[in-house]
Amino acid sequence: MLTLLRAVIGRDLRLAMRRQADIVAAMFFFIIVVSLFPLGVGPEPDQLRRMAPGVLWVAALLATMLSLPRLFADDHRDGTLEQLALAPQPLGLIVLGKVIAHWLVAGLPLVVLAPVLGVQFDLAADALGVLVLSLLIGTPALSGIGAIGAALTLGVRGGGVLLSLLVLPLYIPVLIFGAGAVDATVSGLGPQAHLSLLGALALGGVFFAPWPTAAALRVALE
Amino acid sequence: MTERVINWFKYASPQTFYPLAGRLIPWFWALAALFGAAGLTIGFLLAPTDAQQGEGYRIIFLHVPASWLSMFIYLVMAFWAGIGLAFNIRLSGMMASALAPTGALFAFLSLWTGALWGKPMWGTWWVWDARLTSELILLFLYIGFIALQAAIDDPRRADKAGAILALVGVVNIPIIYFSVKWWNTLHQGASVSLTKAPSMAAMMLWGMLLCALGCWMYSIAIALMRVRTIMLERERHTDWVRSLLDDKG
Repeated sequence: MLTLLRAVIGRDLRLAMRRQADIVAAMFFFIIVVSLFPLGVGPEPDQLRRMAPGVLWVAALLATMLSLPRLFADDHRDGTLEQLALAPQPLGLIVLGKVIAHWLVAGLPLVVLAPVLGVQFDLAADALGVLVLSLLIGTPALSGIGAIGAALTLGVRGGGVLLSLLVLPLYIPVLIFGAGAVDATVSGLGPQAHLSLLGALALGGVFFAPWPTAAALRVALE
Repeated sequence: MTERVINWFKYASPQTFYPLAGRLIPWFWALAALFGAAGLTIGFLLAPTDAQQGEGYRIIFLHVPASWLSMFIYLVMAFWAGIGLAFNIRLSGMMASALAPTGALFAFLSLWTGALWGKPMWGTWWVWDARLTSELILLFLYIGFIALQAAIDDPRRADKAGAILALVGVVNIPIIYFSVKWWNTLHQGASVSLTKAPSMAAMMLWGMLLCALGCWMYSIAIALMRVRTIMLERERHTDWVRSLLDDKG
């Protein structure tokens, strides 16, 4: 089981490393979206500090969504996905490997970038720490839940827009608790409750999402 | 006894369900009109004016049934979608797609009437309260379901993909229902519950229940009408649809 998981993750990471432009583009999308807000609403530090958690989290949501179609589309096009579906190992496990690889490529860079962008918004050190922690806990859930949408829209016309329509509503709880954790820190309430709920969402999302994703992939491959 | 058992599986085929639905629809329309008229009469003419909210509270006679049904229809839709996915029955997929627009309509009505009620009572059209937000997510889920089915040309694949989405979205229903208990926010708690006496006048309660029954019967009637047209569209190549259309000229 673990060998399979490691093989899938290793393969996806190698493929992603050969197309680094995609990863970098998604990261710059994140940076640009976040940078647009101070330009749009004005540079008062108080206002920016209040907005920072929400802006960073929404931008993280959008950046994750941008990279979701790649999760299965390439494998679908060259027939790899059909071979994976025929493998004797459960497809859900393979999907789990792909979700983990997607998080390493699309989620982790956001976590690393977030403190730098948080400083632009004049966040205090403890709020920055919680922001990084909440993104670290929350982004795996985004990859997991997003995989369902990516599999459902595989090979469907207008897939990109449809994907956002399907996935963004399901992201809302993650957004609420993720941004809520940072907000609670800023207002002095302590982030523990939000972070625990976020952790529950992430564990639930990563554990359960591969199975509906696998079912959706089988529907798409019929 | 055995011969008195109705073979329900007989009606799982579109060919036998089509005429049955056709016979049932007028009954459900009649019941919808009856319950609706009774409920609205009680609600607008007989029920007393609320001590705190004045006449404005009367919007609950549409708001509460619409909210109940928006959640209930989603559960029914997910139930049919799950049956369709598990047993590969064509008709259940058709039922699920026939229910979705009605559910979306009720979710929208619930938000709309809630906004109309909120303006005089809370002083605002909209607050980001837990229950309002999760009802909005429910509307998005309905729209996502409809959009996904519309984007896939092959109806069998559309049914299955929609079924998976519907089942994933079921998580949201308990969140909406219990949101008022879990988060103590602006939206008031449930006024009606099975376990304790309702916290409202009996006349108001009767009006609301009758309106809810009316909306329920309307949903069944309109869903059956929609499923009939879906059946005709999807099965247009079969003999029974051809002979049906030939009979009508």
